[in-house]
Amino acid sequence: MKDAFGLPQSLLVLGGTSEIALATARRLIARRTRTVWLAGRPSPALEEAAGQLRGLGADVHTIAFDALDPASHEAVLGKVFAEGDIDMVLLAFGLLGDQARDEREPEAAVRVAQTNYTGGVSAGLVCARSLQSQGHGSLVVLSSVAGERARRANFIYGSSKAGLDAFAQGLGDALHGTGVHVMVVRPGFVRTRMTAGLPEAPLATTPEAVATAVELGLRRRAETVWVPGALRVVMAALRHLPRGVFRRLPV
Amino acid sequence: MSADTDSDPDVMGLDHTTVTGWGRTAPTAARLIRPRTYEEAATAVRECGARGGIPRGLGRAYGDAAQNAGGSVLDMTALDRVHAIDADGGTVLCDAGVSLHRLMEVLLPLGWFVPVTPGTRYVTVGGAIGADIHGKNHHVSGSFARHVLALELLTADGEIRTVVPGTPLFDATAGGMGLTGVILTATIRLQPVETSLMSVDTERATNLDDLMARLAATDHRYRYSVAWIDLLARGATTGRAVLTRGDHAPLDALPARLRRDPLAFRTPRLPATPAILPEGLLSRTTVGLFNELWYRKAPRTRTGQLQRISAFFHPLDGVPHWNRVYGRGGFVQYQFVVGYGREDALRRIVRRISERRCPSFLAVLKRFGESDPGWLSFPVPGWTLALDIPAGLPGLGAFLDELDEEVAAAGGRVYLAKDARLRPELLAAMYPRLDDFRQLRAQLDPRGVFVSDLARRLSL
Repeated sequence: MKDAFGLPQSLLVLGGTSEIALATARRLIARRTRTVWLAGRPSPALEEAAGQLRGLGADVHTIAFDALDPASHEAVLGKVFAEGDIDMVLLAFGLLGDQARDEREPEAAVRVAQTNYTGGVSAGLVCARSLQSQGHGSLVVLSSVAGERARRANFIYGSSKAGLDAFAQGLGDALHGTGVHVMVVRPGFVRTRMTAGLPEAPLATTPEAVATAVELGLRRRAETVWVPGALRVVMAALRHLPRGVFRRLPV
Repeated sequence: MSADTDSDPDVMGLDHTTVTGWGRTAPTAARLIRPRTYEEAATAVRECGARGGIPRGLGRAYGDAAQNAGGSVLDMTALDRVHAIDADGGTVLCDAGVSLHRLMEVLLPLGWFVPVTPGTRYVTVGGAIGADIHGKNHHVSGSFARHVLALELLTADGEIRTVVPGTPLFDATAGGMGLTGVILTATIRLQPVETSLMSVDTERATNLDDLMARLAATDHRYRYSVAWIDLLARGATTGRAVLTRGDHAPLDALPARLRRDPLAFRTPRLPATPAILPEGLLSRTTVGLFNELWYRKAPRTRTGQLQRISAFFHPLDGVPHWNRVYGRGGFVQYQFVVGYGREDALRRIVRRISERRCPSFLAVLKRFGESDPGWLSFPVPGWTLALDIPAGLPGLGAFLDELDEEVAAAGGRVYLAKDARLRPELLAAMYPRLDDFRQLRAQLDPRGVFVSDLARRLSL
């Protein structure tokens, strides 16, 4: 069960090798979390991540999960929930893609969209249903500022996150009053493997900062969390810029 | 959700409600059932489904003891009959859903009072037994279960058992947080009184050592005793306090005006706290100001002041929904006890809370007397401190974890009826009879019919 501060005792991570997810898991293990499920494609990296979290004292399981195979989600995730209550699901899988290549190869672009959006819709709904029958739990969805307004430099990724973000907001409204809490996390540029080599955007942040913001959001039962918090204001301004001006911004 | 989910038994329909404790943290959803007869209660227990059920009274437990995510919550307040009063012998037989408020209404005119009352009258008899509550008279009268002569318990098999003191099932049920079954009725031994007024002595203590010395030296002279502490005071005034102690006023202490109706039970009520209040109403500044005023307005010493029962025992009951002043984020109450001889631990903890500047305007210190046999019953002989803190205070969780360590190291414990955040690993050290409790539950309720969020969180 979560405690008075919204901290979970059991955690399911979808996208078990995500650096942001693992930073969050480490932080939560230092508080109350004792059981962690890492779901992802079987790989040495997934096992290594599990080993690291075990070293912190948690009881860690890995489970084979593929965002691109929605047909399997019900069975795979159902098995996890059958083992006991999950207090928090962290939906953390996602592909950044390569904008230039993806524009040339629509099939690659579709893979980004299917992973980030379709996979999120499927896994999100499957988990929401289980959380709802538990009568409690948090579903934390990693969105991105890129979804707030699509820009030239990464609109394929951005549009997939926009879809996921809108889906998660609606799901949160649908689950209002069921004991289940949906929280959308919108980080800006996070320094991770995913962004290695990319030019750094202003207000860049770290996986640890995202983890801190997630913990704070759980305590406040927040519905939206920006990381860093200043992005809330910045994006509110950018969202209302005329297209012609926005297009010319060096963002 | 949408209409098509109604056909799926796995997904909740509209009859689910979110439930929290009095602290309003950690809401979860459950099916709320309000049995009106014992048969309906038995049916509800038999049919409560895979995620079990838990009885609930008036919801005054601060934490998650009376909520059950995804399962059933049995609201017992419709079972509220007072069956029989023995006005000569001083006992009452009543349903578990009867509130202490109701008991006072019917018993006071007959010259009887409840043997133990906590800081609110709005708790049920079932809840009082389930949490084995204590009051300002613990050093004299022990906890509530000491005054229970018998109770009827609806157990997981659907049977109704009569349970009497001195049996394992009684000791598991007293303080058992509703996890052994649903209490249906109880027979309670009462306290005789001549009047409905209290004769109260008030004095101020300038710091914690002064307070502890005064309490230790003179507590035995009073039936009821409590000290309000200003936990925002620092330095030399750390632990400054107002002591309020007294007993039921005898008839000859009343002025002629009040002697005409000495047993009248009056309970003034103010308008309810608004549902929406600005966040951050209780800051260090506002609580500091309140505490300063509260301390200054108390007389240095005053004796024999006549007070109504409601003013002496239940000042906050006059403000319905006072828990809303903590805002949307709710609050946690932290109550612990450390045994006599461990005053060092108490001093350290009070100093840490004062240094930390927790905005707590409700902090209460008192001395416990002999403990009662309930396996998970909270009181043990020693010092107990209770304080309310807004749950949104940054770093509060980690801070309270550190206090838990200190309490456990001193052989003390925290109160489960108020808990919403204890680290499960510390529970066994705090409650040495925990394994007996778990074993009895495993035998009595092998399918785990009775379960609560508290039980899940702490693996009770």
